[in-house]
Parts: sequence; C-alpha cells; structure tokens
Amino acid sequence: MSNSESTLLEERIDQWRSYLLRRQAIGSLDVIELEDHLREQIDHLMTAGLDTDEAFLVAVKRLGALDALSREYAVEHSERLWKQMVLPDGAERASRGNSKEAILVLCLAVAAALLIKLPVLFGLRIEDHTAIYARNISFFVLPILTGYFAWKRGLRGGAIRLFAAGYVLAAVFANVYPFSGNGNTEMLTVLHLPISLWLMVGMAYAGSRWNQVAGRMDFIRFSGELFIYYVLIALGGGVLTAFSAMIFDAIGVYSEDFIATWLLPCGASGAVIIAAWLVEAKKSVIENMAPVLTRLFTPLFAVLLLVFLGAMLWTGRPIDVQRDILIAFDLLLVVVLGLLLYAVSARDPLSPPGPFDVLQVVLVIAALLANGAALWAIAARISEFGFSPNKVAALGENVVLLINLAWSAVLYIRFLRRRGSFAQLERWQTDYLPVYAIWAALVVIVFPPLFGYA
Amino acid sequence: MDINKELTAASSTPLVLAILAEGDSYGYAILQRVRELSGGRIAWTDGMLYPVLHRLERYGYIQARWQVAENGRRRKYYRITTDGRAQLAEERRQWQAVDATLRNIWKAFMLALPAGNHTTAAFVRQGAI
Repeated sequence: MSNSESTLLEERIDQWRSYLLRRQAIGSLDVIELEDHLREQIDHLMTAGLDTDEAFLVAVKRLGALDALSREYAVEHSERLWKQMVLPDGAERASRGNSKEAILVLCLAVAAALLIKLPVLFGLRIEDHTAIYARNISFFVLPILTGYFAWKRGLRGGAIRLFAAGYVLAAVFANVYPFSGNGNTEMLTVLHLPISLWLMVGMAYAGSRWNQVAGRMDFIRFSGELFIYYVLIALGGGVLTAFSAMIFDAIGVYSEDFIATWLLPCGASGAVIIAAWLVEAKKSVIENMAPVLTRLFTPLFAVLLLVFLGAMLWTGRPIDVQRDILIAFDLLLVVVLGLLLYAVSARDPLSPPGPFDVLQVVLVIAALLANGAALWAIAARISEFGFSPNKVAALGENVVLLINLAWSAVLYIRFLRRRGSFAQLERWQTDYLPVYAIWAALVVIVFPPLFGYA
Repeated sequence: MDINKELTAASSTPLVLAILAEGDSYGYAILQRVRELSGGRIAWTDGMLYPVLHRLERYGYIQARWQVAENGRRRKYYRITTDGRAQLAEERRQWQAVDATLRNIWKAFMLALPAGNHTTAAFVRQGAI
C-alpha cells in the first residue's frame, strides 16, 4: 500500500468512525472494537488481492447497515438512549477539569447555603427579621452565581468591577429606604430586585458574548432550564424535608425548628448554584426541557385564549375591574412571552415557516386582544382603579410586556409572509432583555420615594 | 443455502460459547471460526456479533478484557466463564434434543420425500396429515 493510499484509507476510517460515534447506542469503546474488526477485515481482503478502496467498501458493508447495527446495540444497551449526565461513568468521560469544577461548585453551594445564615451572627434571625431577609434574598445567592460564571468565562478586571459596583449599589437601595412596615413599596422591592439583578447573572453567563444575539439567547435558554431544574430539585427537597420531619418525630426529636431555620433556607440557596451547574454541565447532553414544555402548552394556551375571547364576545360580558385584574393579565402575558421565547430559542432560524409558527402568532395575538380588553375596562374606570404603587407597577409591567409582544407579533407575521427573517425576531427578543431589568430597577429605586415608602 | 434469521439468532449463543470454550478469542477471529465451521452457510452480518457478545458478557457467560494486539491496536478479548460453560452444556443438551427429534421425523419421511426439492405443500399432499 502506497503512502497516499494509506492516508486515504485513514481518512475514510476517520470518517466512518465519526459516523459511528454519532450513534447514541454505540459507545466509544464499541467503536474501538468495531474499528479493530474493520481494520483486520481490510488487511485480510487486501491480502486476498483487493485494492484499498474495494477492501474498505467490502469491509464496511460486511459490518452491516449502520441503522440496523445501531438498533442491535440499542436493544442490548437501552440505558444509553437515556443520556446519563451527572456522574459520567469512570474511564469514559471523567476528565480532571470536570471533577475540579464539580468540587468548586460544591464549595460554592455550601458557601451560598452558609451565607444565608451569616446575618444570624449579627443577631438577625430569619424568624424575627423576615422583611430584611426578603429584601436581601438576592445577595445571598446571585453574587456567588455571578462569580462562578465570571470565573468560568474567564472575565477580568473591568467586568468584575462592574458586577461588584452593581451589587453594592443594589444593596444600598435595598436597605437605605425607610420603608414603613409591611408596605407595598417594600413588597415591590422584594419582587423586583431579583429581576433586575438577574441581568448581571446573564452578563456574567454570556461573558464576552453578551453583545451577540447568540450569547444572550444562550442566557435565555439557561434561565429557562435553570427554572425547571430548580423546581425539580425543590420537589426532591420537599420529599427529603417531609421524611426528615417524619422519622425524627418517630423518635420524639422535633425537627421543625431545624427544618425552618436551617434546612429550608440553606437548601433553597445552595440549590440555585447546583441547578446552575447542572444546566451548564448537561446542556449538550440532554434535550432542553423548556422548548418541550413550550410545544406542549402553546396549543393549549392558544385554545384557552381563543375560547376566552369567544366567550367574551358571545356573552357580551365586560371584564370586571377587580383588585388584582392587572396582575392576572400581567401573568398571562408573562406566560405567553415565555412560550414565545422558548419556542424561538429552540427554533432553527433558517427553517421555513410551519404550522407551529402560525399557532404561535395566533397565541400572541389572542393574548394581546385579551389584554387589550382588560386595559380597556381599566381605562374606562380609571378613577375607581386608582394609582397605588402596586397598580402603577402592574401597569408598567403590562406596557413593557405589551410592547414586546406587539412588536414580536409584527415581526412574526412578517416572517410568516416571508417579508422578514426569523433572525429579526430573535434579535428583538434578545435586545429587549435589558428593558425588563431597567424597569425592575426603576421600581426598586424610584417607587419607594415616589410613593412615600408606603 | 442460507440459514434463516431466526435459526441464526438462536444458534449464536451456543456457537459463540463453544468457540470461546476452545480458547480466548476476539470478534473478528470468532467470525472467521464460524465461517469455517459452517462452511460459509451461517452468514452473520459481522457487526451483529458484537451486541451478542455484549449480551453474553452481561449474563456473565463470558468476560472481556482489553489488550494490545501484536499489531499495536487495542483489542477486546473474550473468555468463557464457569457460568458460560454450564450454559454451553445446557444449550448443547437442548440442541441435541431438538436435533434428535428432527432426526426421528426425517427418518419417517426419508422414503416418501426425496431430499432437496420438496415444499411444505408437498408434505401435506403426500399424506403427512
């Protein structure tokens, strides 16, 4: 075999190997075993007089069709189709970097868990100072999360200083205002501060890719997956808590205090770090859940909204302006925006419009109409509605979401009519991210003095 | 004449175990041995041997180990275990029982049917039932 022939053969074997490696059911060690077989077969055939090309083709053919082969492997190794992730098995994937990072993450999670108990050293106990804890809840976890991603993305000086300044500033605004006890503005701060600080987590997460659409889109995906993971971990934590209460009760040791002051707060904050790491570690291994849920619920919500609009027209009943009406419709818009966002995040921007895209547009327009009806009802009775801090905040949120969805609908329809590209919609969504954070920051900074800290 | 898929699959376990009972071996060599023993009548698609080997390994009938072959490549060798030998003996008894049963019935038809050019329909027509 000449030199050029042997390089050609190596190239073909490389190519064949990469085809094989793409099959989930066939592991990397199996590929080595099959490659040994292939090479021996080729040697044999060439000894028998075939040339390199022929020998390669015959040997590959004799191994069998890739689909059939992969099916046989799948029957024998069905567990491989369930992608394993948290603890990759031994020799196959454990690289040193991974385990080093796992240890670091574990330390960070413990740090986050202990940080929430730090104020106790200064005599501030959770059960006595709920409001202080609630206002500062972000600072126990988010700086650590930001730091983790800053480290992971190799961010330096300027960015770190920006994050530090951001958190210090936020901590000042969260704590200097003289809130009157149990006031509305304090509650608004509690709700809005994490939203505005989440942007900093995003900037650390995307790192140098923050100014690219793709980088911010990754952050959106990350946020959705993190939420799902966190909910799953919380469910597991709930089971753990219930069991610890039960079994200690059985021996007459009452653990409720421990659970309320240690297990729940520490677990809840440590779990954020763990969930974030899991999302990072498995993003290439497991299909993202958020888009799957989106596919499931987009049709259901679209039907719900259409039926609602139909019922409103049919019965002619106006929307009753009650206390929490705006909040209800804000939440509706959030859900619809979430469905849109995670459908967008999972869609190949280059594929042509399909039925699901039409459904998506129907959903958005139905939501806009329903929300429009609610706003109309409120505008008609604005005097009764009043301008409490909660209502102004809810109205502002409604406008923020409305603008996003309305322009999204326009871009989406343009895309459906092939007048625009899907990338424009992606860009709009990712460009809009800071708007949420800025509005939330406004609520935190401006509302308390504006409404007299009520 | 090719042996059909079901028979090929059913005979793969005793065949592989018996070949490994002759001595440790690896995929390619096992296939060569099958070809040799069957005179080319049992035609496995080469790749399909490996899931079979992995299944036998999971049952504990054979054990695998990685070794560097003389040509410098990593190669997975298989060795039969005690359980594997017991299973081989069991398989052998079963195949012998099947073989003996079939032999008896072949004998009964020996005179009626010229070997090689009959069909099931001919069987029925010639009074098997």
